[in-house]
Amino acid sequence: MLDSILEAVTFVSVRYKDTKEQRLLRRELHVIFGICARQRLGFNLSVIRIRALRVLLPVVVVVLVILGATTVFPVGSSSSNAPPRPPIGIALQDRPNDAGGAIEITWEASKDDSRGRGTVNSYSIYRSEQPQSGFVKIKTVSSGKEEYRYNDEEVENDKRYYYRVTAETSSDAFSDSGVVGPVTASPQWFHSDRWNMLIALLIVSASVLTFITLARKGKDLYIRPIAGLQAVDEAVGRATEMGRPVLYVPGILDMDDVQTIAGVAILGRVARKTAEYETSLLVPVSRSVVMSAAQETVKEAYWDMGKADAYHPDMVRYITDDQFGFAAGVDGIMLREKPATVFFQGAFYAESLILAETGHSIGAVQIAGTAMTSQLPFFVTACDYTLIGEELFAAGAYLTEDPRLVGSLKGQDVAKGLAIAFIVIGIILETAGYHWLTNFLKVN
Amino acid sequence: MAPEAKSGIVDRLRNIDRRIIFIFVAASVVIPLMFPLGLPLKSSPPSRALFQEIESLQRGSVVLMAFDYDPATEVELGPMSLAILKHCFRKGHKVVGLALWPQGAGLARATFSEAGSDYNVKYGVDYVNLGFKAGGLVVIDSLGKSFHESFPKDVDGTPLEDLPLMKNINTYADIDFVMSMSAGDPGLPFWIMMAQGRYGKKVGGGCTAVSAPMLYPYYPNQLVGLLGGMKGAAEYELLVGEKGAATKGMDAQSIAHALIVLFVIIGNIFYFVGKRRAKRGGGVI
Amino acid sequence: MRREIPLIITFVCGITMIVQFFIPHEPFGSMKSYFQQSYMIIAAFAMILGICNLTKLHVNKIRYKRPHWGYSIVLLAGLAGMTIPGLFVGAIKEGGIFDFLFKNVHVPMQSTMFSLLAFFVASASYRAFRARTLDAALLLVAGFIVMLGRAPIGDAMTSFLPEGGQMSDVANWIMAVPNTAGQRAIMMGAGLGVVATSLRVILGIERSYLGGD
Repeated sequence: MLDSILEAVTFVSVRYKDTKEQRLLRRELHVIFGICARQRLGFNLSVIRIRALRVLLPVVVVVLVILGATTVFPVGSSSSNAPPRPPIGIALQDRPNDAGGAIEITWEASKDDSRGRGTVNSYSIYRSEQPQSGFVKIKTVSSGKEEYRYNDEEVENDKRYYYRVTAETSSDAFSDSGVVGPVTASPQWFHSDRWNMLIALLIVSASVLTFITLARKGKDLYIRPIAGLQAVDEAVGRATEMGRPVLYVPGILDMDDVQTIAGVAILGRVARKTAEYETSLLVPVSRSVVMSAAQETVKEAYWDMGKADAYHPDMVRYITDDQFGFAAGVDGIMLREKPATVFFQGAFYAESLILAETGHSIGAVQIAGTAMTSQLPFFVTACDYTLIGEELFAAGAYLTEDPRLVGSLKGQDVAKGLAIAFIVIGIILETAGYHWLTNFLKVN
Repeated sequence: MAPEAKSGIVDRLRNIDRRIIFIFVAASVVIPLMFPLGLPLKSSPPSRALFQEIESLQRGSVVLMAFDYDPATEVELGPMSLAILKHCFRKGHKVVGLALWPQGAGLARATFSEAGSDYNVKYGVDYVNLGFKAGGLVVIDSLGKSFHESFPKDVDGTPLEDLPLMKNINTYADIDFVMSMSAGDPGLPFWIMMAQGRYGKKVGGGCTAVSAPMLYPYYPNQLVGLLGGMKGAAEYELLVGEKGAATKGMDAQSIAHALIVLFVIIGNIFYFVGKRRAKRGGGVI
Repeated sequence: MRREIPLIITFVCGITMIVQFFIPHEPFGSMKSYFQQSYMIIAAFAMILGICNLTKLHVNKIRYKRPHWGYSIVLLAGLAGMTIPGLFVGAIKEGGIFDFLFKNVHVPMQSTMFSLLAFFVASASYRAFRARTLDAALLLVAGFIVMLGRAPIGDAMTSFLPEGGQMSDVANWIMAVPNTAGQRAIMMGAGLGVVATSLRVILGIERSYLGGD
């Protein structure tokens, strides 16, 4: 009863543009009914409140009558069966930056949404190719949000569509937004939010390609020494002297991770060394695609060095995709085969320390390299040398001294310099209250 | 004679058999589990942020929860998943569970049934477990197109059309909050990249303590909240007000951490003693 | 030609993936999911190769009685013991053989492997965390604060300090500010490294993953 009357008054006040007086009235009603409720529960009322009640009650009754019994009573008598107010602000547009075949419908909640009075429990979206008829329900969305968005992906390009959105209550009462449209779907030839990415890609690529060209023309390019890579020869030589194998782990991720590609590329260089020194090589892998790629890499390296006879496919062995199963397997190989040199080059997770500590316990020289920042501290602690982040990707260039690869590193450095410059300028602009650079650089 | 003997002890302690260290570590974990100290705990901002996000969702909101872990990391990620699920059920949210790790589906089943036992929730109406799907990033991307196409059936083989909860859920537009309990790859970084970056959904979740430093850079803009390891799980249990396995493990973690710090200090003492001796005697360290 | 064909495939696929990022229009729009799905199919078939490789290696080890061949029997028994119930007796049905093995063998073994980390962290830190230089000493102190602050003991030790200055607060600050800054720097460097490596692979400059220079 209390709720119904309050709802009726609220409805009226909203309908009549919620004047200050009506808000006051509503507050008074809350006070009155609150007092009534408490009185029923046996609370002591102060004399002042009872007086207020006596004064306000006739006023309320008069106002209710004046505001129109015709409007109030239908709503107040059966609010849950009454149609809710419709959703507003229906907007249609061709979904931006897509391959076509989709229309985006957005609307604001009905005033009777569950965030408001709570009678609306869902919205239904209807679509037709004509404005007057043929509307078919395509989707029902639960209520409770302030704004709604739905992508209709069952439309054809360049056809005109009309939509209606209805707000519905649990007792099947509903109200209609009215017909909106027409709208057509169409594909786009360029993703308009990705200009920044295109510019960045062009700058980085141009910089890398320029330096590759310069290097090809014979320009002498300096790259700083990386201790871990300088030690590769020595580490393989050590295994040869000790008559023990070299163990190479190209990470635990699949071939679609660039770290694994870098790891397999370095494996190619290491395999050439082991072929040259006639040292045995063990490559346990945790993904079967990596196994195939690594087998091919090692085989080619041995053929190139004229040691095809020394190559055996079992050098590269698949263990398991399971992270810790793989760690247990590699630990077992280390303890049984006692490699003199261990390489961990690629993407690693929590197994990094389990592997590196076992390697340390057998006295192996260990050279690690990863871009997984959370594993770097473990490798730095337990290994003799660690390639940090981008050094892993630079290893190929460093080991071959191929001018084209070295050139690409220089290009990368220029891109990094630009990134640093953008960061510094961005900090200054943001501090000064200018956000255009940050907004431009946002990735969508 | 005496200095040599001393030097011998220092060397021996510096190169102590690691199995002795292991025994100390085992004791530091087992003893506090048997005799809890009850050290007080307080929550960190990323944990509070995740709690607040779930707390502020409207009743009936749909939460997507990815169980991207396996039994190895269950000890860390299981308690936090349980605490979050209990929180969701208490607030009346609907939960859609799935797994990008094969063994995550089974772990999700157990966690759902444990969390649901305390609340009046029904499978198919209040929560569903869509099971495992291989593909990582591809799966996350495909959910943006259609849940029903990516997961035609749930973990038990029931068609999604037969599950009342899934009738109105088909894309990210029908999801209010995305979470991943992440042990590695595929995990939270992929959800951030796709669900947050591409589809604009709010993403939060939990991870192992080892990977927490890597995920911190995403908080608070791309990641609304983060639970790091067992400590994060214990903090969430504290926020939800239900002490569980993680809270029990906090004493053991405290003592183990203190022990490791102690080991490092001892190691450094021996290092400096050895260095001074080497300087005095002209030896090499 | 043996090397040129893979390089051409790499170039075409790489350029297509870059182009589809900027052009939503078909046929580019659906290229990404097409390539990704193709990769998943290839990976699924490659799994058979992996299992064949594993089986062959260990069968040969047993047949020729190579050192430690006993372990190979355990491995093959484990492989068969999980695969056969999984394939033929009903994979993930609750209460089945596979489920029993999963819960009672696989789960404890995995947890054991992961828990090794705690032991190895202790031994590695005892051996390697040395305050050799000022930088190393600073790192060591930061490490102590984070370790103690990430467990309740840190706050218990600094409970006399005001709220906001206790160990966990300092640990949170270290994680949120210096750690995040360092991580972001490494991530950005690595990100550029990924771009440059990808360019090298796409343009056929980096071809050592194919075995040659």
